[in-house]
This record gives sequence, structure tokens and C-alpha cells, in this order.
Amino acid sequence: MSTDLHLIQSMPDSEEMEVSFGPQHPATHGVLRVMVRLDGERILDARPIIGYLHRGTEKLFETMYYNGCVPHTDRLDYTTAAANNQAFVGAVEKLMGVTIPPRAAWIRMMLAEMQRLASHIIWLATHALDIGAMSPFFYTFQERETILDLFEEYCGARLTLNAMRVGGQPLDLPEGWTDRLRVFVDQLPDRIAEWERLLTDNRIWKGRTVGVGVISAADAVNWGLTGPPLRGSGVRWDVRKALPYEGYDQVEFDVPIGQNGDTYDRYLVRMEEMRQSLRILRQCLDRQPDGPVMAKVPKVIKPPKGEVYHSVEGPKGELGFYVVSDGSTQPYRLHVRPSSFINLQVLPELVRGHLVADLIAVIGTLDIVLGEIDR
Amino acid sequence: MTNPWVVYLLVPMVKIVVILGAITLAAAYLSYFERRLVGFLQIRLGPNRVGWQGVLQPIADALKLFSKEDIIPTRAEKLVYLSGPVLIIVPALVVFSVIPFGPPTNLFGLLPQAIPPYLTDINVSVLFVLGVSSFGIYGIILGGWASNNKFSLMGGLRSAAQLISYEVPMGFAIVAVLLMAGSLSLVSIVEAQRQAHVWYVFPGFVAFFIYFICGVAETNRNPFDLPEAEAELVAGFHTEYSGMKFAFYFLAEYANMVVVSSMATVLFFGGWLRPFPSWGWLGFLDVVPPVVWFLAKVAAFLYCYIWFRGTFPRVRFDQLMALGWKVFLPVSLANLMVIGTLIVLFGGGR
Amino acid sequence: MAEQETPTPQAPAVALPPWEANPVTPAPQDARQHGQVAELAAALPDAVLDAVDMAGQVTVAIPVERALEVFRVCAERLGYEFLVDCTAVDWKDRPEGRFDVIWWIHRHRDERRLRLKVRVADGVEVASATPVWKTANWMEREVWDMFGIRFAGHPNLERILTWEGFGGHPLRKDFPVEGIDTGAAVYPETYPPGGGPSAKPGGAQ
Repeated sequence: MSTDLHLIQSMPDSEEMEVSFGPQHPATHGVLRVMVRLDGERILDARPIIGYLHRGTEKLFETMYYNGCVPHTDRLDYTTAAANNQAFVGAVEKLMGVTIPPRAAWIRMMLAEMQRLASHIIWLATHALDIGAMSPFFYTFQERETILDLFEEYCGARLTLNAMRVGGQPLDLPEGWTDRLRVFVDQLPDRIAEWERLLTDNRIWKGRTVGVGVISAADAVNWGLTGPPLRGSGVRWDVRKALPYEGYDQVEFDVPIGQNGDTYDRYLVRMEEMRQSLRILRQCLDRQPDGPVMAKVPKVIKPPKGEVYHSVEGPKGELGFYVVSDGSTQPYRLHVRPSSFINLQVLPELVRGHLVADLIAVIGTLDIVLGEIDR
Repeated sequence: MTNPWVVYLLVPMVKIVVILGAITLAAAYLSYFERRLVGFLQIRLGPNRVGWQGVLQPIADALKLFSKEDIIPTRAEKLVYLSGPVLIIVPALVVFSVIPFGPPTNLFGLLPQAIPPYLTDINVSVLFVLGVSSFGIYGIILGGWASNNKFSLMGGLRSAAQLISYEVPMGFAIVAVLLMAGSLSLVSIVEAQRQAHVWYVFPGFVAFFIYFICGVAETNRNPFDLPEAEAELVAGFHTEYSGMKFAFYFLAEYANMVVVSSMATVLFFGGWLRPFPSWGWLGFLDVVPPVVWFLAKVAAFLYCYIWFRGTFPRVRFDQLMALGWKVFLPVSLANLMVIGTLIVLFGGGR
Repeated sequence: MAEQETPTPQAPAVALPPWEANPVTPAPQDARQHGQVAELAAALPDAVLDAVDMAGQVTVAIPVERALEVFRVCAERLGYEFLVDCTAVDWKDRPEGRFDVIWWIHRHRDERRLRLKVRVADGVEVASATPVWKTANWMEREVWDMFGIRFAGHPNLERILTWEGFGGHPLRKDFPVEGIDTGAAVYPETYPPGGGPSAKPGGAQ
């Protein structure tokens, strides 16, 4: 099924219609509002309106102790709590000059990769649901459940993990946890293959995603896209490879890229990323070092005066924290580089000239979470 | 049994009540089976709390919908808004007056003489079904327009475009059957299949394929459920309807599914005939009453509907139109010509 | 788990591993001779006011009136094609200008980053980076919304996270953490005018 956009030509006397998708709409993933100017079914322009979930998190950070900020980072992008923790504590550790023990670093890597899997699973579920395939939602969430159970066993929380501290990990892994993780890691490839059987070669799925929301590599870089939306356009760039942190320079993994920069390529990239995450997890399980999980840090975190920026490859793109310290126990300014926020602003470019149904597909493919966009 | 009061009033009245009740109940229970089946396909339970395995769920739903607040949007065009559900449910139920559920029967000797288990058999019942079921579009488009909601309006327009596009290839697919059967009466079509010793699905496989896909599209079911695509248009044309008015739309959709399945059964799968009606050694299958054969075939099609819903993503509007006009229409026309030629050459028809 | 087992010999007891020693706090160092800074200084001689290296991250202070020129040179001649982020910091009582506006730029060639910084007083306009990097659009809108710094040449400088007509810029240090009375009367019976959700602890009863 090729794109038959020409079938829906604009009529000579047609009037434009402005439709407000959201803030309460089943497919805008939260409280995103998109004002869409339509000519029939064709989108003339789309204008995202955000801020409905603004909680002033960056302002709140300024009133908190450093370790007290960690649970608040969970709530930025609530589907990628471990990555948020990791980026924040990484920034503070860099500012203080703390080196964390290798075991802590590897635990963090494991949590982050599990979180990437969980986040990509949510993305796949909702993206497929938006495009009308209902069943993958349930198949994928079943696997996500296992990840959340493992999280719960490690730190007691399933969604907002609060699993990392400045200087390392508060807890070592519980007894038998790695075995259960290994069972999961061994069974997930079959599940991923199952999901792909439902979608990858499905003609309707391809018809809905191939050629939809195309962005070229140069544009993707200029628009500041990171993560799968950037890689789908064929730019092989990943923070884990470019600016390695923790143990990412010691594990082997590939950075998958797409060719056309359309929704289908971004889909393939994310599916492959899941497999690469499993590969990293397997190496973590095999090569996990022993030793302490917490470095020697003072009870009250008091970084020196200065500023530092630290970023990690979150499931949705580069997730960075900029910490400015005035030498006190609270950050003077703490800024988040929210990957969803920056990826979302390209939405009008991607949907202009497409149909209403494509808007939903493109929102899904950008994989946004409003908690991080609005902060 | 020649009393005209009995023949012309009592019997039809009883039939009407039975058919209406059965169809309404069937549509309601279809929703239950859909939920259970989709639940099964999606490794979850589905409704299983009300009654044994949740069998009373449709009744509970109906009670809930009856007791819901009846909301009419302030800016809605009230008269049209209220007539929407009526306009959709009436055609969906009227169609069943000509669907032949089985051959005349005396109900295992309960009745003094055999009477047909369908309401009537008119000599243009195929056209009647097509015409009346298309009438339901008014309920959708007027309801969508009168709600004064942009999403509803778009849903209504999509639905109108979809129905018109798919009516054409569907009609041509049916014409292939008419050529073979030589009649527009559904009962005669079934009888013709008995005499031809073959279900029309075998010579008319292409026609059946087109008919069934168009049927799915016409009933706005996945993967062609664009008018009510919840991801795009919230709930499409019935976004603003609540309570029983919503239930009517809901019921009509399921009743239409039953219509399409019944028509597929009658036109292509020999209606109430057992499989391979010409093979004598399968005669033991005749212990199963014909009505059961009919219902079993209909149920198989309904299962396909639900199966589709559990499997496919949704197509896009332009793709839907392209499929209808650029694929199905030419193919159905070509199929018609092939079948027509074969009939002229070998004299299969009557 | 790890504690019960015998610790693997990480480093033979002479020097403590870095995580058991006291942290080595990074100190800012002068980075005028740093390769990336020298490159920029060579391309635009008087654009580098100051350069600091802290924890391996180089910050270059540039004059506010030449910001756009620096952006263009960085993007077009030095290969920094990726604007990572843009934000601001409010140093409320600093005499030489209240705000720092900060850009991170990245180049894929050698995976290096540079942080550009301008120092502006309240009310001074900063050149928008949108002609060079389109991604600056929302970032600058956010800075305008949160700090009240205007960007000259921005295509659509509207508030982004708060609403049009919001009175104040929340990330300024003089904006109260508890919030302000915005005057928004959503449910006037529950929240009487002038009360505001924040002015009435406990909110609606």
C-alpha cells in the first residue's frame, strides 16, 4: 500500500478547520495538546501546546539536598526513572570528583538497560495501539511486568525507582536476583521476535509507517534530535559510545541506525535497541565485578563551587543534567536537558502535509512523556 | 391452519418478536463473546464476574446504559441528534426480515404444518438487504454532524466515504453470485446451491473474498474502523452519545456484523445446507438441524471479525479509499466478467 | 552478596582504590590554551573573553553582542552542528550582569563539547540561535518563560511552559518557591478571587 496522498486533494472552495487534539485525547500520551489546522483530512499545520503538567521541578530542586533530588528526578520521565537517576547522580559525582566502585557502575548499567527495555516496551505498546493494533499492548506489558518485578525486588519501587545515590548504590543486589534477571534476558528475544512477527512485515503496519514523518539526517541534527529519532535518520550517534560513562566502554554493543528517517525505521531501530540492551545485560551478568557498591562520600553532599553537565543515553535520547553549585548543600541551579521536550518540537515539521492518522503515528514514534516535557 | 388471522397476523407477529429478540440478544452477546475472545487472544480474562463466566455481563451493561444520564450537548442539533440512533438501529434490524435462517420446519412435529423460520422471502431480497443496510449511514452521518463536535463530524464523513466506496465492489461481488443463482431471492439462492451441488464460494472465491472484506469495511470494524478510530477521533461519530443512544449505535454495529455474516453464509456458503450437500456419504450430518448449520457458519464469520480485531493495525484513510477504488473495484469487475463468460460458455447459471 | 565473599584483589593494598579514598574535587582551571578554545579564538580573535576548564568541561565566555557571530562560526566553520541545550542561571545580585545564558554545542567529528556563556543584565536582549540551530527554538522560549530573557530574532518568542499572561518568571531567584497568586479564577466559589491555591494552605475544604 503506497502513500496515496494525491487521492485526497484539497477542494477548490474548501474551508480550513482547526481542531484541538488534546489536552484530553486518547492518543496524545498524556496532556499534550496539538492545535491542528486541517484541510479535510490533511494537516496544514500543527502546533504543540505544552505545559499542562508543569510542576516547576527545576525550581524545587533548588530547595532540596542533593540526595533529596533523586526521587524528584524519577518523576520527570516516569517511564525511565533509572536513567533519570543515573544522569542526575552522575552529574553530581562528576562535580564532586567521586569515582564510584565498579560494581555500583555495573549495577547502574543493568538498571539503565532494563529501564531502556521497559521504556521501549511501553513505546511499542502505545505506538501499536495508536496505529490500531491492540494485541501487542498486552503481549508487551506482560514482559514489562517482569522487569518491574525485578525493580521492585531490588529497590522496593516499580516505577519511581529512587535506586541510586550520589557515590554509588544504596543497596547491593538481592540474593538470586541475577538468576531471575538471566531467565528474563534469555526469554525476551523470543518475545521480541513474536512482537515483530505481528508487526514488522505486516502490510498494514508498513503502510502506516513507511514514509510517514520523514526527517533527513542533517535536519535531525539541526533540530537537536537525539536517541532513536536521530538514529532512525541514519546518524550513528549514541551518548554511550560518544561520551562513555560508567562501564559502557567495556561492553560490546552496536548502535543500530535506520536509512530513511521515517516512522518505520525508527520502529526498527528501537526493536534492535532492545536486542542490544539484552546483549549489554548479558555481558553485565557475566562480567559483573564484586566489591563494595558505595564510594566514600560524606553523609551530607556538599559539592564545590562550580558547574558541570553530565548526560546519559536515556531511552528517549540524550538526557542531561546541568548542576550549578555555589558550594552549599543545595544546588544553586539544576537544569534538565529533557530529550522528549527537544524531540517533540520537530513534530510540526514531521506531520505537515500528512493526514490526521499520521499525526498520531508521529506522536507515537517520537516517544514522548509529558512529565519530562513539562517538568 | 388456513385461518387468515393466524397466517397473516399471529404467525408473522410471533416471528417478528422472536427474530427481534433473538437478534438483539445475539448482538448483545456478540459483544460479550468479543470481549472474552479478544481477552483470550490478548492473554487476559475479559469479563468473567457477572454470573457464570460473566455470561450476564451484557445484561448488566444494558442495565447500566439504561440508567445512565442522558446527555444532549447544548449546541447539538437536537432533533437530528436524537434521530441518529433510531436511524441506525432500525435498518440494522429490518434487514433480518429477509434473512433465511433455515428451510421450512415444523419444529420436530410441534406445529401442524411446516412454516419457514424467516419472516418473509421477497423476490428482491438481495437488493432489499443492500438498500436497507446502506440506509444506516444516515444515522452515522447525521449523528456525527448533529453532535456539533469536530471529531464526530470527521468520523461521520469518513464513514460516509467508506460506505459508498465499499458498496460498489461489494455489489459487484454479489452480482457474481446472482449470475450463478439466477435469482435475487435469498431463499432461491440457497436452493440454487443445493441444485448446483456446490457452495458458491468455490466457483466464486474471489467474489467471496471481496464481499467479506467489503463487509468488514462497511461495518466499520478493525482494520477498517476509521470512523471510530479511538486513537485519532476519540470515538468518532458517537463521541457525544451516551446511555441508551450510545447503546443503539453499539447494538447496530453488532447487528450489522451479523447481517454481513449471514449474507456471506447465504450467498457463498449455502445458507442452511450442510457441507458438500451433494456427497451422499455425508448424509449423517443431516441429523444436525439446518438452522444450526446456518448459525454455525455465521458464528465462524463473526469469529473472523473478532480475530481481525485482535490482529491487525488500522489502515489509513487514503489507503482505505485506494484499496476500495483501485484494487477491489477492478478486481470485482474482472471477476464478474470471468464468471459471466464461464456461465455463457458452460451454462452454469439458469 | 558481595560482602560475604572474599574481596577480589582490586589493587594490591598500596594505594586505595579511588572509591575508598576521599573524592578529588575538580577545580576550575584556565583553559585559554585548550585546543577547542584556541580554535575558536583563531577563527574569531576577540570573541573569547575567558575560558575555564572544570571537570574536563570547557566553558568559553563570549561577549553578548557577538553571540550570533560566534554561533555561526562554531556551526559552519568549526563543525559544531549539534546544539545540545540552552539554558540560563540567575545570579541575582551579581553586579556585572544578573544572568548567565549558556549553550552547549557538540560536534560529531571528534565528539567534543563546548559550553558557551554570555553574561547579561536584566532586560538585555540576547541574539537567538534559531537561525543557526533550529532546535534552539523551544529552548529559548523556555528561557524566556522561566527567566524573562528576550532573544532577538526569535521567530515566535512566546511562553511555553506557563501560559500567556502569567505574571512572573519562575526560575528567577526572587520568584517565591511557593508560587504566586496568578489571579486565575478557575472555580471562584472554591478558590475565591485573590486567594489563589498557594495563598490558602490546605486549599479547598
